[in-house]
Amino acid sequence: MLGRLYKRIAAPIDPFLFALVALLLAFACFVQLSASPDRIQAQLMNTLIGLLVMWIAASIPPQRLQHLAVPLYVLGVLLLIAVALFGDSAKGAKRWLNLKVMRIQPSELLKIGMPLMLAWYFQQREGLLKARDFFAAIVLLAVPVGLIAKQPDLGTAILVLSGGLFIIFFAGLSWKLIAPVIIAGIIGVAAIVSAQDQICAPEVRWPGMRDYQKHRICTLLAPASDPLGKGFHTIQSSIAIGSGGSFGKGWRNGTQTQLEFIPERHTDFVFAVISEELGLIGNLGLLIAYILVIGRGLIIAANATSVFSRLLAGALSLSFFTYAFVNMGMVSGILPVVGVPLPLISYGGTALVTLCLGLGILMSIAHNRTFLQS
Amino acid sequence: MEFKTAEEEISRFRKRVLAATVFVLICFSLLIARFVWLQVVRYDYYRTRAEDNRISLVPIEPNRGLIVDSQGVVLTRNYSAYTLEITPARVANLDATIDELAALVDIQPKDRKRFKKLLDESKTFESLPLRNRLTDEEVARFIAQRYRFPGVEIKARLFRQYPNGELASHLLGYIGRINDREKKEIEEDEERAANYRGSDHIGKAGLEQSYEEELHGITGFEQVEVDAGGRAVRSLARTPAVPGNKLILTVDIQLQKIAEEAFGNRRGALVAIEPGSGGVLALVSKPTYDPNLFVDGIDPQNWDALNNSPDHPLLHRAIYSAYPPGSTFKPFMALGALTTGKRSATAVISDPGYFWFGNHQFRDDKKGGHGLVDMHKSIVVSCDTYYYSLANDMGIDLIANFMGQLGFGSRTGIDISGESTGVLPSPAWKKKRFKKPEMQKWYAGETISIGIGQGYNSYTIMQLAHATATLAANGVMYKPHLVKYVVDARTGDKRTIEPQPVKTVPLKQEHIDFIRKAMIDVTKYGTGARAFAGVPYEVAGKTGTAQVFSLKGEQYRAHAVDERRRDHALFIAFAPAHDPKIALAVLVENGGFGAESAAPIVRQVLDYYLLGKVPQGAAPEQPGEE
Repeated sequence: MLGRLYKRIAAPIDPFLFALVALLLAFACFVQLSASPDRIQAQLMNTLIGLLVMWIAASIPPQRLQHLAVPLYVLGVLLLIAVALFGDSAKGAKRWLNLKVMRIQPSELLKIGMPLMLAWYFQQREGLLKARDFFAAIVLLAVPVGLIAKQPDLGTAILVLSGGLFIIFFAGLSWKLIAPVIIAGIIGVAAIVSAQDQICAPEVRWPGMRDYQKHRICTLLAPASDPLGKGFHTIQSSIAIGSGGSFGKGWRNGTQTQLEFIPERHTDFVFAVISEELGLIGNLGLLIAYILVIGRGLIIAANATSVFSRLLAGALSLSFFTYAFVNMGMVSGILPVVGVPLPLISYGGTALVTLCLGLGILMSIAHNRTFLQS
Repeated sequence: MEFKTAEEEISRFRKRVLAATVFVLICFSLLIARFVWLQVVRYDYYRTRAEDNRISLVPIEPNRGLIVDSQGVVLTRNYSAYTLEITPARVANLDATIDELAALVDIQPKDRKRFKKLLDESKTFESLPLRNRLTDEEVARFIAQRYRFPGVEIKARLFRQYPNGELASHLLGYIGRINDREKKEIEEDEERAANYRGSDHIGKAGLEQSYEEELHGITGFEQVEVDAGGRAVRSLARTPAVPGNKLILTVDIQLQKIAEEAFGNRRGALVAIEPGSGGVLALVSKPTYDPNLFVDGIDPQNWDALNNSPDHPLLHRAIYSAYPPGSTFKPFMALGALTTGKRSATAVISDPGYFWFGNHQFRDDKKGGHGLVDMHKSIVVSCDTYYYSLANDMGIDLIANFMGQLGFGSRTGIDISGESTGVLPSPAWKKKRFKKPEMQKWYAGETISIGIGQGYNSYTIMQLAHATATLAANGVMYKPHLVKYVVDARTGDKRTIEPQPVKTVPLKQEHIDFIRKAMIDVTKYGTGARAFAGVPYEVAGKTGTAQVFSLKGEQYRAHAVDERRRDHALFIAFAPAHDPKIALAVLVENGGFGAESAAPIVRQVLDYYLLGKVPQGAAPEQPGEE
């Protein structure tokens, strides 16, 4: 009886991925006990909800998931338009929609909805793929990304955009088109870095960007230019990481953490806490765990049986990578500060649920391949 | 065909997965490189930065040294009180904030004015006091509402207090907030700058200024762990402050008080010195002021009152103002005549009541003159004609040379600043003083009135007392000083400020004895006899009246002259005459005759110092009223 129940529960779970996720979630609680012990109960609650969502997602076969792609995407875009029209403003950004009963952040929906939609689209075009399909995919991607960037919410826009681009990449967009974009990007970054004195002058306005976004990039280039203002986050998190050294100052012994020099130390900057208290060793351990999650995800993608599953699994894995890389990059001062959490570690229920949903979908794809083969 | 396409598709997808894997690994390698850079290569740098973040050195202000008089009476003390302070840079709307604070704490218009003045004088990131000496209730009320007032704090501070108020204010001086100029000066010396990190106040005048180094003490430091908001979390280490050293003065505050009260509301100065050591027993400048007003930053109203008063209470008359010595100069002239051999004690002149020089008549004070006058009589009756002719006989160079040896015309070196040199007239001085060639020349006629302490003669009362003390000490000149001991705050060791004999003026004892005798007779039978009627000790003294304005061709009548244009009254004395314990000089501005208004002050001071007699509350007589 118990054995059957266990089988019923364990059936959709990918053991390897689950072990990694469980390890990371336990680690998150461990870190939060140092960074923000008051929130540990909420953290445990979020963890349970996350695991439940993951199990539910893992239980839904990809074929059924396909049917959700279009409605989810359409709903997401409509809600984004609603936010732009009627949304609540907080700290100069319009991100929330007040539905009387609850406030929702529709951009979060697109983190899953976007890859789902594009994977579905390429599934439809299987075998008939033409250049204009990629163009159509880019339009489908640009609409919600543009709406989110306009809110403005650069972090989420990057995550949604990268999720979509990964689908397009895996769908087989020609290298001839990818290469120039990458080269242009490298040149652009190099240009900004070398010309920072001119373009960071206060009177210069950057087309298509808000002032605070420009400041984030400029303070990344020269954090010392504004040590108490906009450079404060970057400087303090760099100090936290650097002073952690190879082995860290010990759990709950980080002075930067405990004396509140690290801003947002339980959410976006939690990585600085890990670095300071657990050192380079801790960082490498975390990186290895992330590589294993991403690697497992990519293996699942490589072995998936349908175009939809394949693309979705690949994009979800790389999205997970985007979270990790952008967050650690910004906290360690090589990327501008944008609102991207450290996956599975940062405090915050919404992000955790979204990530668990993605991991659950990965498990579902893994499970259904074996199911079909047997 | 269809199947093959699917196979191709899968293989292409797998290549893409491989490319993605490479991309992920490159990106993560980049991160690892960054971590190694921060955590291994730059570890020392960031560890130091983190420590700097965490540890803050909080200076501990040392207790300022006390000043006590020769009898141990406390003249300055410290007390701890709460102040309400504002850091203007952290407050958006100062006026609105002060208005809101006024609802919790009593804030007077003068507090606002003083704050505005401080604000103009300082940098906005400094914490400036708005209200001092908060009551416990006010502190409690503010603490409860503190969250509403970022940039406003309550601080426990040490305050300087001068318990005797206006008494002896010129010699004690006062402390005040460190201003920009002083700050720059302090910052020039690194060690000093560190020692003043916790100090807002510095000695500005008097002993508070000149003994600043002794009184300040050594600032302690507390290593405090602070959080990002700058709040202290815990103390890590503490180096306690070393309090400033205590000064024990030569001044007897009771004597000072009697001297100050003897002036009543008249203006003037008095300096009393112990001849055998140079220790200053009393240093009076009237009117005085309340040094307590300056400690917290003086409010504009009080400042204007002090600054614009016609009596100039801030002026240190004893050491800064220079006056003609009048007839108190005569004993020194006589001593000069004997020492240089220009006139013998027995030489007699005839005084018809005037002295002719060229075609100018120099009048004697006494109409019709004193008749036959020798040196003894010239001092006892204060005969002008005698000294007109003596000055003429000696010549300006000899006079200047002799008077210079007694310290006239140079600073005495007393241990507070603000001393002026006065003027010892000489051809050399005149040449330096004036620009026009015709003004630079010394005329022999100018020498004549030098003999009676008029003309260009101009000395501080400090110099006059100093010369009198030198005479009393038989020519041994000591550097005058107010501080007798410096008591080390840590060890309790008493460091004596040794009497420093500056020099011995080459005088013959018989000459000194002769002058002394003449000066004793001044108080027995001469111009000072009335003031010293019935004294049980012997006093050597000399009256003096210094002309403020010359009245050409008119008889000087005190009642007819505007009060401010009346003569200054002077008196010098030492007693007991044969074993001097005290020598002093006194000047009453516009006091008229020295015998009338200056001598009674000296009598009261001597009676107290030598007999312990406290005057019977009788109000000193008013100038010109007999």
